[in-house]
Amino acid sequence: MAPSAPPGIGLLKGLGVTVKHLFKRPTTLMYPHERDVLAPRTRGVIALMDENCTVCMLCSRECPDWCIYIESHKETVPPAKEGGRARTRNVLDRFAIDFSLCMYCGICVEVCPFDALWWSPEFEYSEYEMGSLLHEMEKLREWADTVPPPPPLEEGAVLPAEVSDALAKAEKERELVAAKELEAKQAAEAPTETAGDAPKKGKAAEPEIHVKAGEIDQETFDRLIAEGKSERMARAKAKAAYVKKEKARLLAEAEAAGGAAEPEAPAPKAAEVKVEAGEIDQETFDRLIAEGKPERMARAKAKAAYVKKEKLRLRAEAESDTGEGTGADEPAEVPSELGASPEAAKQALDAGDAGTAPAEDAPDVAAEAATTEAPAAKKLGDVHIEGAGEIDQEVFDQLIAEGKSERIARAKAKAAWVKKRKQAKLDEEGGA
Amino acid sequence: MMLLVTSGVAPYLAQAESILDVGDTFIVPLLLKLAFVLGIFFVVPLVAGYLEHKAMARMQHRRGPVEAGPFGTLQLVADGIKFIQKEDLIPSAADKWVFAIAPGVALVPAMLALLVIPFGPGVFALDLELGLFYVLAASSVSVLGVLMGGWSSANKFSLFGGLRAGGQLIAYELPLILAAIAVAVQAGTLSLVGIVEAQAEFMLFGTGINLWFVIPQLLGFGIFFVAALAELSRPPFDMPIGDSELVFGYMTEYSGIKYAMYMLTEYAGMVTMSALMVVLYLGGWQLLPGVPLPGCEGAGGLFDCDVTGTLLGVVVTFGKIMLLVFVMVWLRVAYPRLREDQLQRIAWQVMVPLALLNLALVTIAKVVY
Repeated sequence: MAPSAPPGIGLLKGLGVTVKHLFKRPTTLMYPHERDVLAPRTRGVIALMDENCTVCMLCSRECPDWCIYIESHKETVPPAKEGGRARTRNVLDRFAIDFSLCMYCGICVEVCPFDALWWSPEFEYSEYEMGSLLHEMEKLREWADTVPPPPPLEEGAVLPAEVSDALAKAEKERELVAAKELEAKQAAEAPTETAGDAPKKGKAAEPEIHVKAGEIDQETFDRLIAEGKSERMARAKAKAAYVKKEKARLLAEAEAAGGAAEPEAPAPKAAEVKVEAGEIDQETFDRLIAEGKPERMARAKAKAAYVKKEKLRLRAEAESDTGEGTGADEPAEVPSELGASPEAAKQALDAGDAGTAPAEDAPDVAAEAATTEAPAAKKLGDVHIEGAGEIDQEVFDQLIAEGKSERIARAKAKAAWVKKRKQAKLDEEGGA
Repeated sequence: MMLLVTSGVAPYLAQAESILDVGDTFIVPLLLKLAFVLGIFFVVPLVAGYLEHKAMARMQHRRGPVEAGPFGTLQLVADGIKFIQKEDLIPSAADKWVFAIAPGVALVPAMLALLVIPFGPGVFALDLELGLFYVLAASSVSVLGVLMGGWSSANKFSLFGGLRAGGQLIAYELPLILAAIAVAVQAGTLSLVGIVEAQAEFMLFGTGINLWFVIPQLLGFGIFFVAALAELSRPPFDMPIGDSELVFGYMTEYSGIKYAMYMLTEYAGMVTMSALMVVLYLGGWQLLPGVPLPGCEGAGGLFDCDVTGTLLGVVVTFGKIMLLVFVMVWLRVAYPRLREDQLQRIAWQVMVPLALLNLALVTIAKVVY
């Protein structure tokens, strides 16, 4: 419109932009009629799981708005042991949050050391009066039931401390029992042990049983819900139940696969032998990687295997130096064949005088034997067999028919194949 | 209609017959005309407001009002009810009488202007011979109400807003009137009905092509439109309200029904100005240039219509009015507010010279042809 300049083309462009937007779809969400999909961890309101609260008052004190009100009384708990001291315990009487003061900073949720405070996605709690926004424990507890379950862990993530602690505890107990059984068994079988029927072991006692923690035990869950427990709690318990069950199942399976329930024996006493832990056992590592374990786990196990092997080797060396416990064979070679199954190595050492050798069930152990020289009196472990990749079809089929998992069947069948071939070679050489 | 003028009746009286002139009594047509003007005054601005709500919302990816009435059509009615219910606050330092009557002073002229505007064949209250003069005179009284409100509020923001409005309305009154004069010159009459008739009869320089005045006076139409926007304090010329600087200008202290009266003034002004533009430049109730309305037998197919023709004419007029209102809304969404000095410079250095040029061109053309 300016006389000196041509009519501003920018003005027309501006009109063009606005009229173009006139025909676009409105982005409005018609809230009461339609609802948005909230973000998974939406921070709508602060919920309380009062059973977790210990009245530590951290939330109340950290609250910048001082909008959390806590009241409690002390109760005396009788001594846990005879002659012990009675303890006092705080019992929560009142827990209220004034949401007319709350600014939703979430500091209380952050500081709560006992996971009693949670963010709930509920957001529709408007009131006609300001005072009605002061919500007591009952209401806060109701909201706790709307807290979504924690997101699943990433693949290969470290388990939560409480879960891994529980697992470790169970493992320890199991090992203790197993060690006792082994002792009993050894006492019974030691005299009759021969090269042919040396007990199979190692595989059955896998030191860690991995169970995916994402699923729940539906039965337990249903029962707890029926008992009136909150969904969250029921879910957590059902998860734990599932993990327990799975572990029991896997354990049973592994034991069944191993034939004789011959769990892991404690590693040979190696306290006096010091081994530097920096290196790894390449074979074990490769095997684990091939089995699809994550690299980190494989490395850790391989390290452990290396340390065990080294210790055994050193110990055997020491023994041979003192002239004790040696037969015709060379003790230094024994452990190097058996690194993957220490308890087998122990057996080998124990049975060394009798000239027996333990069976090997890890297929790749055969490869290790390549380094050994032919001793005067041969045993299975001294025979090198090429081609550990093959399996004994017969054994494999049988195991599959028994309902074993394919992986276990394959591993066993492999071991069987190696064993057979070794035996055949040994016989051949003996015959020659 | 010529009869009235030639028979010596005072020239400010009606020329054309309104369809509201029924019967021989004085009171019945009067009441009918009153109802007609008031009806238009209270309904059409609400429609314009609804259009603004919706158009603005859609341009901003919103939906606008949806809950009150079907598709939110009753939103402004609900707003009106709310305004009536609100407390009528008067600042203690205010000049109370002036403060109280100021919205009325702004509102009534907007209502009076509707008196002479034809909305269809015979659909008008009055056809004054000085209709154009009357409309411009009446609408410029509104500034008084704005100034009174700004002054009496005893609030510096209100005062600034009122003064800005005063300066702005004076500055843009001139180009507005100059542009309107050019139309009157071309039409040869000040009667709004006469101007519509003149547009129906205007042929492009001896050819048989009928044109509305918007074509020969495109410049004048542009000037009139911009000046009308400024007169109404519509964005981008809403410095008197300027909520980023002046809170809400001269309306800062107003609330409740008085505030609603100011708002109604603004929307009624939009309708009045749009209607005026339709009459002056866009051929009034003609559907297309040179096309007589169906059912109309009078001059140029504009008068002596049956019911269909009358209704069609009214629909056409209101369609054109709403189109112009939409353009006003469109400009509001598209453009930012001008600065006060820019506003004054545009008025005096651009609009007034252009309006004079337009008037000169039209006058010369009128004399030559």
